[in-house]
Amino acid sequence: MSDATAGVPAVGTNQIYTLHVNGEDRDVSDAWVGESLLYVLRERLGLMGSKGACEQGECGSCSVLIDDELVCGCLVLAASAVGQQIVTIEGIAPVGAPSDVQQAFVDAGAVQCGFCTPGLIMATHALLDRSPEPSEYEIREELSGNVCRCTGYGRIIDAVQRVSVSRRSDAASASEVAS
Amino acid sequence: MSVTVAHTLDDALASLAATPTATVLAGGTDLMVELNGGHRRTDAVVSVNRVRELRSWRHDPAAATLHIGAAVTYAELAAEPLASFAPALAQAARTVGSPQIRNAATIGGNVGTASPAGDGLPVLSALDAVVHLASLAGRRDVAFAEFATGPKRTVLQPGELITGITIPVLSGYQGYAKVGVRNAMVIATASACLAVDVPGRSVRLALGSVGPVILRAPEAEALAVAAADFEAGAIDADAVEAFGAAAGRAARPIDDHRSSAAYRRRAIEVLARRLLVRAFPGTPGGE
Ligand SMILES: Cc1cc2nc3c(=O)[nH]c(=O)nc-3n(C[C@H](O)[C@H](O)[C@H](O)COP(=O)(O)OP(=O)(O)OC[C@H]3O[C@@H](n4cnc5c(N)ncnc54)[C@H](O)[C@@H]3O)c2cc1C
Ligand code: FES
Ligand code: FES
Repeated sequence: MSDATAGVPAVGTNQIYTLHVNGEDRDVSDAWVGESLLYVLRERLGLMGSKGACEQGECGSCSVLIDDELVCGCLVLAASAVGQQIVTIEGIAPVGAPSDVQQAFVDAGAVQCGFCTPGLIMATHALLDRSPEPSEYEIREELSGNVCRCTGYGRIIDAVQRVSVSRRSDAASASEVAS
Repeated sequence: MSVTVAHTLDDALASLAATPTATVLAGGTDLMVELNGGHRRTDAVVSVNRVRELRSWRHDPAAATLHIGAAVTYAELAAEPLASFAPALAQAARTVGSPQIRNAATIGGNVGTASPAGDGLPVLSALDAVVHLASLAGRRDVAFAEFATGPKRTVLQPGELITGITIPVLSGYQGYAKVGVRNAMVIATASACLAVDVPGRSVRLALGSVGPVILRAPEAEALAVAAADFEAGAIDADAVEAFGAAAGRAARPIDDHRSSAAYRRRAIEVLARRLLVRAFPGTPGGE
């Protein structure tokens, strides 16, 4: 390509490219450049937390953050995410030290088969970061891209509300200590 | 297959000129479904959703227009400050897919796909949007009504990019209404956008999912203009009925796996009436 496009990362067939995942640079090699981010995460980088079911954006089980935006990993062309910050469920909390959202899902009984859970945890973190005290309506709306075949959603909404309440009381006691 | 991530418009146009068969990728919510499913193949992809010029928007108060870059997402259109400039587009945006989809899906992608069910499109039609195109050879503007030539067919040439759209910022009610099988993540069975321009004394009605492209309903529009009291925001019940019927006549629906033609036409009648009453809630001569 000419000088006009110098500096543009052009990824050719089976060329190595680097993705920034959970704070680390990860080389993707021996991959076809038409692969989705979901496929690359699972099959090339061994990050099995993001799940794949529909591969057409309908179920949300592949939800990841790209530059802080919640998106479906299956609808992202992996090679086009070069240079962006990708966060997967593995980047939310280390194994054995669950995030408050993960713990609340366990406590509320919001996990049955668990297939939808990583996507819902990602979506719940994104929701509560933006809107710390969502109404039930808002929770339903914001989690509408995540399908769960087991729970009937009641316990999932309960889990989200628990986190909202506990973060608020944590914040209140922190400000008491500060005053 | 190669993938190029463009950061400037020049990069994008140069890459497209170098490989005119390349496929433009924006949010990927239509294209990746086709690639994942093996329904579409391409030897080159040019990703444009990080191009600054395409990611930005501009309100021109003097001209009363809003320019929206092609890579502006539905999540951005649904939120302030854009929602106040283009209320019907914001309403349409809120009905698109799910939060994940709205975060990725762009208005340019909706225009590029040119599905008659695209939720942004009836709004662009009702507002007589202008679609801005560019290639290395130069720029051109196309009226929205001329952009799509059939379902998923457009006047876009190889090597050409949609850079954005321009819509007027109107003073008057505008709304979008959609019928589908459920509340979230649903393709429109039928949809309609109504936009009123009070100072310009016009009423525009555009219909989605009931024809090969988005349709306008000129007979209904003329009827509403004749019957409406623009200052009082009022219209009589007979005119509302007639408006719905005329909207139904403008629809050219088909039977398919999602719905029947008869149901779609009926839905259009109801949506059109409902939108007109929202636009003109008063009764003539009444309070
Ligand atoms: C689960 C799911 C739910 C959905 N729900 C809805 C819905 O409710 N309503 C709705 O309207 N749509 C819906 N869609 C369809 C899709 O999200 C929209 O059509 C969206 O606007 C496409 O934008 P994009 O940026 O993702 O396009 P992409 O997939 O990136 O591109 C779409 C097409 O347009 C072309 N293109 C994109 N940008 C440009 C450009 N700047 N210049 C030239 N060509 C370009 C591409 O080459 C491609 O052919 C849904 C999709 C999914 C997967
Ligand atoms: S696998 Fe991505 S949304 Fe279902
Ligand atoms: S717990 Fe089984 S799909 Fe949600």
